[in-house]
Amino acid sequence: MVKATSVTNNIRVLRAANGDITQASLAERIGVTRQTIIAIEQGRYSPSLEVAFQIAHVFGVPLDDVFHYGGSHS
Amino acid sequence: MTLEERRSWAFLAVAVVAYGVYLATVLARAASAPLVGVDYAPAMLWSVGAAIVVGIVLNAFLGMLTPRREQTRDVRDRDIAQLGDRVGQAFLVIGGVAALLLAITEAPYFYIANVVYLCFVLSAVLSSVTRVVVYRRGF
Repeated sequence: MVKATSVTNNIRVLRAANGDITQASLAERIGVTRQTIIAIEQGRYSPSLEVAFQIAHVFGVPLDDVFHYGGSHS
Repeated sequence: MTLEERRSWAFLAVAVVAYGVYLATVLARAASAPLVGVDYAPAMLWSVGAAIVVGIVLNAFLGMLTPRREQTRDVRDRDIAQLGDRVGQAFLVIGGVAALLLAITEAPYFYIANVVYLCFVLSAVLSSVTRVVVYRRGF
């Protein structure tokens, strides 16, 4: 799959670590479509800052624990 | 596939088919008369009108086929729509400038009307293709 953005994320891992939250459930909780969650997870779409914060809020972690830019992930 | 992506495909298909039918009609008439003398206006109006009606019907039909929870138009759909519109607008400007130049040079109405219609169609096609590609490959 082509990665269209330099923003990577741990959403898949965080979903699994939080009781296997489904993509549909996560999408519903932040008010986007399941396809948008899939696109974000696969790196095909960089979410807006607001959506990024909403995702982090669902998992109860800071933004940095969910999203990483370029080589910033340590 | 989201409802908006399906609608982009439908919009693309309608624009291409409607213009294709119009072009075939005008070229068929041009076989027996000079191109500039072809009575293009009724075919053009029918083509535009049919495209609008079929587009509305297809949109409604796709909406009925899509489950309610997947009908939401979210921030990604809006971003993609804006990008598609921006890309498509280039041809609207080109069409306007081309029509202006043709009018200044007192070209036949046939060419003025057709260059505007062609650029409308190219704008719609480019906009739809952009949306479909972005839905598939991301941005």
